[in-house]
Amino acid sequence: MKKMTIALVGQPNVGKSMLINAISDAKLKVGNFSGVTVEKKEVMFDFKDYHIKIIDLPGIYSLKEYTIEEKVTKRFLLEKEYDLIINVVDSTALEKNFLLTSELMELEKKMIVALNMMDEAHKEGIIIDNDLLSELFNVPCLKITAAKKRGLGKLLNKAIEIAKKPFCKPKLIFSDTLEEEIENISNFLKEKGYKSSLSYRELAVKLLEEDKTFYNMIRTEPIWIELLPIIRESLKHLYIHYETKNIEEIFAQERAAFVKGVITETITYQKSLRENLTDKIDSILIHPIFGIPIFLLFMWGLFQATFEFGNYPMDLIDQFFSSVIDHTKEILGNGFLGSVVADGAIAGVGAVVMFLPNIIILFLGIALLETTGYMARVAFLLDGFFHKFGLHGKSFIPLVTGFGCSVPAYMAARTLKNEKDRLITLFIIGFMSCGARLPIYVLFTGAFFSEEVAANALFVIYITGAVFGLVAAKVLKIFVFKGKDEPFVMEMPKYRMPSFKLIWHTVSTQALMYLKKAGTFILAASVLVWIASNFPKNPKLETEYAKKMEKVQNDDKKTEIENELQAKLLEESYLGKIGKATEPFFSPLGFDWKLSVALEAGLAAKEVVVSTLGVLYSLGESDETSQGLKEQIKKNIPLPAAISFIVFVMLYLPCFAASAVFAKEAGGVKYLVYLFVMTTASAWIMSFLAYNLANMLI
Amino acid sequence: MSKLTELEIGAHAIIKDINADDELKHRLLSMGIQKNVEIEVKGYSLGKKVFKIDANHTALAMRKEEADKIEVDRK
Repeated sequence: MKKMTIALVGQPNVGKSMLINAISDAKLKVGNFSGVTVEKKEVMFDFKDYHIKIIDLPGIYSLKEYTIEEKVTKRFLLEKEYDLIINVVDSTALEKNFLLTSELMELEKKMIVALNMMDEAHKEGIIIDNDLLSELFNVPCLKITAAKKRGLGKLLNKAIEIAKKPFCKPKLIFSDTLEEEIENISNFLKEKGYKSSLSYRELAVKLLEEDKTFYNMIRTEPIWIELLPIIRESLKHLYIHYETKNIEEIFAQERAAFVKGVITETITYQKSLRENLTDKIDSILIHPIFGIPIFLLFMWGLFQATFEFGNYPMDLIDQFFSSVIDHTKEILGNGFLGSVVADGAIAGVGAVVMFLPNIIILFLGIALLETTGYMARVAFLLDGFFHKFGLHGKSFIPLVTGFGCSVPAYMAARTLKNEKDRLITLFIIGFMSCGARLPIYVLFTGAFFSEEVAANALFVIYITGAVFGLVAAKVLKIFVFKGKDEPFVMEMPKYRMPSFKLIWHTVSTQALMYLKKAGTFILAASVLVWIASNFPKNPKLETEYAKKMEKVQNDDKKTEIENELQAKLLEESYLGKIGKATEPFFSPLGFDWKLSVALEAGLAAKEVVVSTLGVLYSLGESDETSQGLKEQIKKNIPLPAAISFIVFVMLYLPCFAASAVFAKEAGGVKYLVYLFVMTTASAWIMSFLAYNLANMLI
Repeated sequence: MSKLTELEIGAHAIIKDINADDELKHRLLSMGIQKNVEIEVKGYSLGKKVFKIDANHTALAMRKEEADKIEVDRK
């Protein structure tokens, strides 16, 4: 088997990830929004007698190293080992896509252009003469439709062919004015016999283009003294001719002219076979007046669905776990083993798995927003509003992802180029209630409200968190992160039908991650909580109550005493001690030690809050189901304390995993300390207010 | 010459000048927004805060602050 490495390069939204998915069934997340593919992704597969590795580089508009993505891609292309570049372009927007192609052509690397989305181009009446195009660029150009897996075999065959052949220089020709200057400089270099691995023309272009790396190299050489006046003269000519002193702009004009020339020769635009669907949809969805209400309606619908449809499978899962707990106890008995497995492990995990349907629906909604291209519209609609709070329209993407899970949300914030914008967004992502907090809300709203009201209460909780986040952003912008805003210029991709496969991939990956967490981390935490709540053993208390028990005959009375004993035992346990020790901190918020412990356990993972409550409240009762947990909560927690608890959960520090990612993305552990202080203070103060307000009103 | 933001929805125009700093200019150039390119104003959000513009068969969104820096000749 021979090895081959391919670097996949292209602008955002050209379907690079789709291409990778189509070739080898790789597990990759694909979105329509500019910049979802920030990480470098690799895929390996066998084709013919080759072992092929494809590296999916971040989507970029140019190689100028202004953004993180541009830096990553350019460094990779210049420094790493690979056999060839496949430049993926969107066939429906070649003018823009070929600008990057023209930059890639200067890299002196083997290359193929993949004209992707040919099906859409065909529908829009775009006819491409790819043979002539290949000839003009002197780079093979192939038509493909990644979404329908068309032309992929040909593309790979071509890749193998090109990898075997020696390098063949692409043809990039500038205007006479620029070519003349290039010739002047390269002639001089030739006369002096300057030695370099690059051609004289290449060197001349680098000098005119003000390539910093090359300047650093050449300015230490003797030729520099003589070269300097020639370059200066050439630049002067160019400045006069182009009426600008911005060399990037000059080259951009040259590239655009080159691309335009090539396109005029190779592409015919027939009258479109279909009306521009995207424009039609946009005339409604980004309507200046109706756009935002429609968006809010979508969001409201999503939360309704999360609650309403989630209920049916939830009940089934609940019943399933209740029966498993009963059977386990029948088999293992009521002793230590039975209790630790049934009440600890199974009850804890069950409480978490029960919320899987809600999680799936929520992630499904977010995946749909991403893959259809609506996400970019949302950024368009909301930027005016977000900007007022010191945020960026693009902040919406990480923020809304934060409703799913904070971990990818923190990573999604990388699309924000300006560091201050990014930091503000990072700091408030935690206020967008993540999927793991949903179970807590569902449990509490379900306990205190009827089903119809509960969905609305849930909506209110999410909105309140989001609004608090916005206010926090404004405060941060005014007092902490002052400074210039990042320019807001963003591509709005065409609307695309979501691919079932991609959605399924995204949602199933998230669901599996959630289950994996339930199976490992939460399982361990549940057992730990159970042990902490059962130890140390307290024989003195037990004998005391056993005596009491003997005295009474009435069965009801017996249960009462039994419960009292369990509650006392719990208070004396390690868990009880921790809760008691921290109770003074939480008591102004109306929390007893059980709620305090649950919150502290939630620092590990928010799902643990529910499982901890499950363990804490089920132990005091002989009948333990999660339905029972709802009842228990209703019975044991006054409404003001419950509201205060929800507010605290809404605002305090995200889970351990998310905190670790936050520290990494923000650029240091010190930011995590700030985040901890900020969220804890906000949560405490707001809960305190909510508790007292609720007490006054109710 | 007029500012891009002065155009009404559906208006076509040719870009004549971009008075932006290097960073914004780079961003615009890399997306194909430069002198002599034809653009069409497709829409704007509430209160003309963000504009949707078509150029080179691509739809772009840009804030009023950015669009204000682009000078155009109405077609």
